[in-house]
Amino acid sequence: MKLFVSEGNPHCIKVLAVLELTGVKCDIENVNHEEKVVPFLSRPVLPVLLLPSGQHLFSSNAICQYFFEIGGKAPADASTQWLEWEATELQPILGHALQMLVLQGKSAEAAKALEDPMNFLEQNLSKRTSSFLTSDTVAVEDIVLWAALFPLYLEPSLRPAELTSVFTWFERVGALPACQSAAQRVLQGRGQAALKGFLQKQPVITLRRDTPPCNQTGAEEAEHLMTEEELQSAARTWSLGLTDFQTQPERQHPILPQEGKRNVLVTSALPYVNNVPHLGNIIGCVLSADVFARYGRLRGWNLLFICGTDEYGTATENKAREEGLTPQEICNKYHAIHSSIYKWFQIDFDFFGRTTTPRQTEIAQDIFWRLHDRGFLIEDTVEQLRCENCQCFLADRFVEGMCPHCQYPEARGDQCDKCGRLINAVELKAPQCKVCGLTPVVRSSKHLFLDLPKLEPDLEQWLDRSLSTGDWTTNARHITRSWLRDGLKPRCITRDLQWGTPVPHPDFSSKVFYVWFDAPIGYLSITANYTDQWEKWWKNPQQVELYNFMAKDNVPFHSVVFPCSLLGAQDNYTLVNNLVATEYLNYEDTKFSKSRGVGVFGDMAQDTGIPSDVWRFYLLYLRPEGQDSAFSWADMALKNNSELLNNLGNFINRAGMFVSKFFGGCVPEMELQAEDKRLLAQVGWELRQYIQLLDKVRIREALKCILNISRHGNQYIQVNEPWKNIKGGAPERQRAGTVTGVSVNVACLLSAMLEPYMPTVSQTIREQLRAPESCAHAMLRGEGIFVRSLPSGHRIGTVSPLFQKLETDQIEALRKRFGGQQPKTEKPQDVASTKACVPEAPAARAVGADPEKAKQLEAAVAEQGEKVRTLKAQKAEKPVVIAEVSKLLELKKQLALAEGRDPEPATQKGKRK
Amino acid sequence: MALRELSSLEKFLGLKKPHKYSTQGVKKVPLLQSNNGPALVGLATIASHLAKEAKKPELLGTTPEQRAVVQQWLEFRVTRIDECPREEIRTVLKDLNQYLEDKVYLAGNSLSIADPLLYYAIHHIVVDLAVQEKERYMNLTRWFDHIQHYPGVRHHLAPVVVLRNRVYTSCHH
Repeated sequence: MKLFVSEGNPHCIKVLAVLELTGVKCDIENVNHEEKVVPFLSRPVLPVLLLPSGQHLFSSNAICQYFFEIGGKAPADASTQWLEWEATELQPILGHALQMLVLQGKSAEAAKALEDPMNFLEQNLSKRTSSFLTSDTVAVEDIVLWAALFPLYLEPSLRPAELTSVFTWFERVGALPACQSAAQRVLQGRGQAALKGFLQKQPVITLRRDTPPCNQTGAEEAEHLMTEEELQSAARTWSLGLTDFQTQPERQHPILPQEGKRNVLVTSALPYVNNVPHLGNIIGCVLSADVFARYGRLRGWNLLFICGTDEYGTATENKAREEGLTPQEICNKYHAIHSSIYKWFQIDFDFFGRTTTPRQTEIAQDIFWRLHDRGFLIEDTVEQLRCENCQCFLADRFVEGMCPHCQYPEARGDQCDKCGRLINAVELKAPQCKVCGLTPVVRSSKHLFLDLPKLEPDLEQWLDRSLSTGDWTTNARHITRSWLRDGLKPRCITRDLQWGTPVPHPDFSSKVFYVWFDAPIGYLSITANYTDQWEKWWKNPQQVELYNFMAKDNVPFHSVVFPCSLLGAQDNYTLVNNLVATEYLNYEDTKFSKSRGVGVFGDMAQDTGIPSDVWRFYLLYLRPEGQDSAFSWADMALKNNSELLNNLGNFINRAGMFVSKFFGGCVPEMELQAEDKRLLAQVGWELRQYIQLLDKVRIREALKCILNISRHGNQYIQVNEPWKNIKGGAPERQRAGTVTGVSVNVACLLSAMLEPYMPTVSQTIREQLRAPESCAHAMLRGEGIFVRSLPSGHRIGTVSPLFQKLETDQIEALRKRFGGQQPKTEKPQDVASTKACVPEAPAARAVGADPEKAKQLEAAVAEQGEKVRTLKAQKAEKPVVIAEVSKLLELKKQLALAEGRDPEPATQKGKRK
Repeated sequence: MALRELSSLEKFLGLKKPHKYSTQGVKKVPLLQSNNGPALVGLATIASHLAKEAKKPELLGTTPEQRAVVQQWLEFRVTRIDECPREEIRTVLKDLNQYLEDKVYLAGNSLSIADPLLYYAIHHIVVDLAVQEKERYMNLTRWFDHIQHYPGVRHHLAPVVVLRNRVYTSCHH
């Protein structure tokens, strides 16, 4: 056991006094004030007792109690009450008083601060008959309180004569030898001056009587404190009003780089065509890129945003076979689906193309020949499985067999699902073609490899430059560095498939390009399909800034592999300057699965009845920026109701309603006072933060600035109560006018800042306020300028609420519908009949399956199940329960039929138990 | 706030007859009037008293060491959390998270009265944390989830959803 103390730290007096008084054996070590003794506390705290168990006690009162207890005195309620009073009431005041007295020499202020607690102590002591606080022998609370007061009582002016009982008690405790030697040890006979070093290192303690602690306001971030200068300059800027009436120029296609402009090319990773995109895809690529592109356009950049579907590869062939269509038909079908989903999400592409175009072939083959001519391609033979029956080489996912490591019989050609090891398809034991089931043979086949090691020096040189000048997210930097650290190896760029860009080399005529080589070239070919002058974007690194948006698994292809292809082609290609990668988005707490219909896919989002803007808001609010995040229905409802409805929507609506109701729809005269200027400064500061963050593509963080502004705005309205002032005399009415005018202008700014995130809402606000077209453009210029864009006399339109509440039952129904429910909340016996039997074969759908009906039945089953559980919990009469249970079983049976399952095994299995 | 919390605590402790509490001062410090002796003042003091009254002294710790640790966390709750200025709250969460790294409960391996009290105190903070933040304070979140599901603790507060597994993994490349 060891006690850590520091000289001149007043809190050490009590523990040293108690230690001596109780005679407990303990080592003492003197350390510096700044010594971090307790590993888990951010701020150094002393005294600290290291217990024999290895735990740390960092509360001086807990240490004192502990010494007393092992010295033989268990604490009574009365003792703990005094200790609690000391810690919660007295200490904050003492800390303040000591700083006043010792650091600032203001003894009168210290005395004033001490009045209340000292009077309280005096009252208590004067009522007592005992010698000490709670008994006739000295106890822990006596030492603790004495030691707390001791440093202040060294100052005679702080010992008011009328507090006689306190004084007598204080002298009595102080006379104990243990107390005297503890005081000597800590203060070294130098009086209060000894505390100076300690007090200087403490944060300034202000008595917060009027500022409520955090648990009463619930606000999130620390507020930025404004200087007088900032207030004045914010007011000056604001009063300028709109000077620049230039509106954002109409977009004229084709957008091409322009001299003297900031030319920004934004790409979003090309979604793979064989499936419907899920929320993770949407936030990871297209939605993030869309916010940035919209923001860039508002800022007046000359910006082109392109994307498209990635359509070649095995997965498409596979899907085509599954659906009985040709690969091209599959691509056409899914390209349309993707297109419409992104349209619903309001993704404002300048062009959304696809990779299966003649342009793709042309450009990919050109890059291929350039690499070939410059000696960056090497030939090698690869052993592959070939199915003689199907007359084709088998891609990894078309082979199954026994895992050579763990003997699992259904290992795939690339990986074993059981042991997780990576497998080379030719190593599989008893391999089978997944298409026809026959045994394939091993054949060697010639392939071409991109010589990455040879390109590495060029790559490193370029990366050094790009990483040091561009905005790469941390994960992108990290992943790229680890790829380089592990060393680059030649990568095969050809495949034995049909559905791909053909390799033009005569020796490889039956082959196509591997998708990783081919797909990123899609960015170029899609731009080429948008404009013939595509090379102005893609072979123009001097003028063009390229932003790539993607999820983190795509990083190496964009930071290492694709740049190597372009560097090796030596054709002055534009390479990525800013690589923006998100982490992963998870879904609730069950596994996401397409086959089981668990999770939310792009096309289902619109069926939820929740507006596209709210979806955008929530996905961007939890954008996995810096770390993984998870989608949760409950959280979505919470954020909609708290942030959108109660915060943002409430503020904007109130501001507009005041103008309509109190001022006949015309923005009133505004006479700025200090309080108004403070709001303007706060809002201006948040606006500048927003711009700084979005310039660095910190999309999620910038969204917080918008919410902070409306929070400030709500507080401002709440404090100034225009609805009361409007009923008062002329000065009050004018005050109401100023507050309303300022608020509605803040609402106008919010509409501009919201545009990248919630385009429809932004537009609606502007229509409701009849805001001038140029305002967004004007306020988002430069560092961000908050000006009065709605001057006095401006007539606004009709104001109506922007958001709707998401009700619990509505969200609960959605959670169930999309499979995010938690089975564990049901009781096991109820579960047995439904869960145990669901066959794991989605193909085995019986005729008569009716998904619509199934949904209704599912809800009915859930409701009935709840009823049964309630009855059971209430111990209802048996016949009643049995009747309800049989109803439940009947519903489940119908549900099974509607889902196309065989209901019989279910009920039997349930009954057997 | 403290009063609802004390009533939840009484239920958790299995006390059949609810006490009557009042508050004093601007900070609304809870006060328990008792028949045999002076009133008890302060949340930590009253909570400790209730544990003894419910004949569950083990919730205050079974050894002097444990008792000191429990008292320390009760004090932490009433000083560091209840009085915490807004800009400090993240530091407190970070410290707690670090402390709980190798602990099941605040006082180590068994539940103490400090667990529900800290849980009540930080509920309003945790409920507002974004998913990312909950993950940042992983140990704290784990502890929080554990305590909110501990039989009889939650009562007046809404359950907070704590998420665990990753679902959306990778794209196709």
